[in-house]
Amino acid sequence: MANATAAARSDMDVSDEVMIQMQGVHKWFGQFHVLKNIDLTVHKGERIVLCGPSGSGKSTLIRCINRLEEHQRGRIIVDNVELTHDLKNIEQVRREVGMVFQHFNLFPHLTVLENLTLAPIWVRKMPRAEAEKLARQYLERVRIPEQADKYPGQLSGGQQQRVAIARSLCMNPKVMLFDEPTSALDPEMIKEVLDVMIELARSGMTMICVTHEMGFARTVANRVIFMDGGEIIEANDPERFFNNPQSDRTKLFLSQILH
Amino acid sequence: MAEAMQHYKPGEHPDLPPPRESVGPIAWVRQNLLSSPLNAALTIGSLYLLYLVLPPFLDWAIFSANWQEGTSRADCVKDGACWTMVRARFGQFIYGFYPQDERWRVNVAFLLFFVPVAALLIERVPGKRYFAIFLFAIYPVIAYILFYGGLGLQEVPTARWGGLMLTLILGAVGIVVSLPIGIVLALGRRSALPVISLICTGFIEFVRAVPLITVLFMASVMLPLFLPVGVTFDKLLRAMVGIALFGAAYMAEVVRGGLQAIPRGQYEGAMALGLNYWKMTGLIILPQALRIVIPGIVNTFIGLFKDTTLVLIIGLFELLGIVQAAARDANWIGLSREGFVFAALVFFIFCFGMSRYSQYLERRLHTGHKR
Ligand SMILES: Nc1ncnc2c1ncn2[C@@H]1O[C@H](COP(=O)(O)OP(=O)(O)O)[C@@H](O)[C@H]1O
Ligand SMILES: [Mg+2]
Repeated sequence: MANATAAARSDMDVSDEVMIQMQGVHKWFGQFHVLKNIDLTVHKGERIVLCGPSGSGKSTLIRCINRLEEHQRGRIIVDNVELTHDLKNIEQVRREVGMVFQHFNLFPHLTVLENLTLAPIWVRKMPRAEAEKLARQYLERVRIPEQADKYPGQLSGGQQQRVAIARSLCMNPKVMLFDEPTSALDPEMIKEVLDVMIELARSGMTMICVTHEMGFARTVANRVIFMDGGEIIEANDPERFFNNPQSDRTKLFLSQILH
Repeated sequence: MAEAMQHYKPGEHPDLPPPRESVGPIAWVRQNLLSSPLNAALTIGSLYLLYLVLPPFLDWAIFSANWQEGTSRADCVKDGACWTMVRARFGQFIYGFYPQDERWRVNVAFLLFFVPVAALLIERVPGKRYFAIFLFAIYPVIAYILFYGGLGLQEVPTARWGGLMLTLILGAVGIVVSLPIGIVLALGRRSALPVISLICTGFIEFVRAVPLITVLFMASVMLPLFLPVGVTFDKLLRAMVGIALFGAAYMAEVVRGGLQAIPRGQYEGAMALGLNYWKMTGLIILPQALRIVIPGIVNTFIGLFKDTTLVLIIGLFELLGIVQAAARDANWIGLSREGFVFAALVFFIFCFGMSRYSQYLERRLHTGHKR
C-alpha cells in the first residue's frame, strides 16, 4: 500500500522554481494573534495539504496568499510578486491564483457557462467565443458538460463545487487554493469532487488544500502541514506525517480524526 | 378516509391522482373563503360591504352618468356623474396650457418614449442595446426640442406645460435620474473611504429628514436667493432637480438594503477571480442586490410618481392640480368629484402597471435557490 501511493506520487515532478514564499508572516484580528511567524515555501508543482483543528488559522493562512486577508508583518511573495498595499500587485496575484471555497461562492444570477466565462472575458480580455470554448473544455474536464446553461441553484452541491473548480481553472491559474472544498457536501458527493482534485494534482498543478480528507492527503500530497493556534507545528511528507508524527499535538489531532 | 387505499407490493406503487376533495373550484372556495368560522364570517361580511358600496357607485359612475358632450354644468341632465366636464376639459387635463396647435409634439414625444420603453421591458423584443442607447443618449435631446421648442419649432415655455403631460415628465425624470444617483449614494455610503461615506450618509440623512414640500419650496423660493443676480433657472427644472434628489435619497436606502443582503462569499468569489472593485460591483454585486430590492425600487418609483402632485405648491399644474383648478371654473362649479375620480383612475393605471411589471420581473429573474 505504502509503495503504491509512493509510486502514484513519483510521476509528479516538483520543480525548484519557488511559487509562493511566506516569510515571518504575522496577522492579528483586533487583539487576537491568528497567524504567528509563518514561514512557508511552496515550489512549482507541489501539492500541500494543510490540516489542523478548527480555528487554528488554516483559512486565514491561505486567504493571505491571495490577499482576501491582509497580513500585518512579514512578507508574502507569489510568483515573484510581493503582496503589499499596491492594488496592481494584488490584482496580478489574484489573476494567477485560483481559489475554491467551502460554500462554492458561485454567482447565482449567472448560468454555469457565464460563471466560467466571466473572469476570462473581463479580466483576461478574452473574446467571448474563445472564453466559451475554454469553459466548455473545463466543464468536460470536471464531467458536467451538460449543465452549462443551468443556474447554480439548480445543481447539487457536488456539481456546484466542480463548477467552482472549473471557474477557477478557466483563468489558467498557476496555483490553486482549496479551503475545505468538501466540508459542505453530502457524503455521497465528496468523492466526485475529490476525483476532480486528484486529477488536477496529477496534471501538475501547484495546490494548497485545507482539508480533513486524509485519504486525499495520502494519495496526492507531497507535504502535509499541521497547524495549531496560528502556528505551523509540523510539516512532513504524508508517509512520515501519518505513520510517525513528531509532536504530541499532531498525534492527538490524528487520533481524533482517524478514530 | 373515503375509500380504503389499495395495497401494493413494495416497488410497485403507482402515482395516484390527488383526492377529489383537494382540487377544483369547490375545494378552492372551501380552503380560501370558508376554512374556519372566523374566515367564513369575514367572507360574508366582505360580501355584504361590497353589496352596500358597489351598486350605488356603479350607478353613479356608469349607469346614470352623463357621457354626452357639453359646455357647462347645465348640460348634465342625468343625476349620475357628469363626465361631460371631463370630456370638455380633457385636452387641458392631458396637456395643461400647451397650445392646441402644438400638442401633436407632445404626442410624438410620448410615442417616442413609450415604444422603446416597452421594447426594453418586454423580454422577447431583440436589440435591447439599441433601444437603451436611443432612450438614454438620443431621446433626451429629441424630447427637449419637442416639448420646449427649437429647430424651427415654436417655443413653449414650461409655465404652459401641465396636466398628465407634466406628471409624466416629472415622474419619468424623477425615476430615471433617481435610480443611478441612488445607486451611487448607496455604494458611497458603504465605501471604505470615510470622507465619501460621510458625504453620502450626510446627504441621504439630510434629504430623508426633510419633507418633499420643503425641498420643493427651497428649490423654488430659496435657491434664487443664493444664485447671482440675473442667473435664473427654470422653475420646472428646479422642481425636477428637487424631486430627483429626494427620490435618490430614498432609492439609496433601498439599494443599500439589497447590498447588505449579498453574502461576503460573493465578494470573495469575485475578488479571488481578479475582478477589481468596479467590475465586481457592476457584474456581481449590483445585479444581485438590485434584483433583491425590485419591490422596494418600484415602491419608491410609485411613491415618487405620486409625489409629483406636490409641485402644485410651487405653482406647477400637473394632473391633480389642473383637475382641482377645473373644479373652480364657473361653468362647472361644484363638480370636483368627477375630476378627482378621473385623476385617481389615471394614477391607478400607471401605478398598478408599475406594480404588476415588478412582479413579472421578479418571477422572470428568479434563478432558483441561492447557493
Ligand atoms: N474576520 C475575522 N475577524 C475576527 N476573527 C476572525 C475572522 N476570521 C477568522 N477569525 C478567527 O480567527 C481564527 C482562525 O480562523 P480560521 O483561519 O478561519 O480557522 P480555520 O480555518 O483553521 O478553522 C478563529 O478563531 C476565528 O474565529
Ligand atoms: Mg476554515
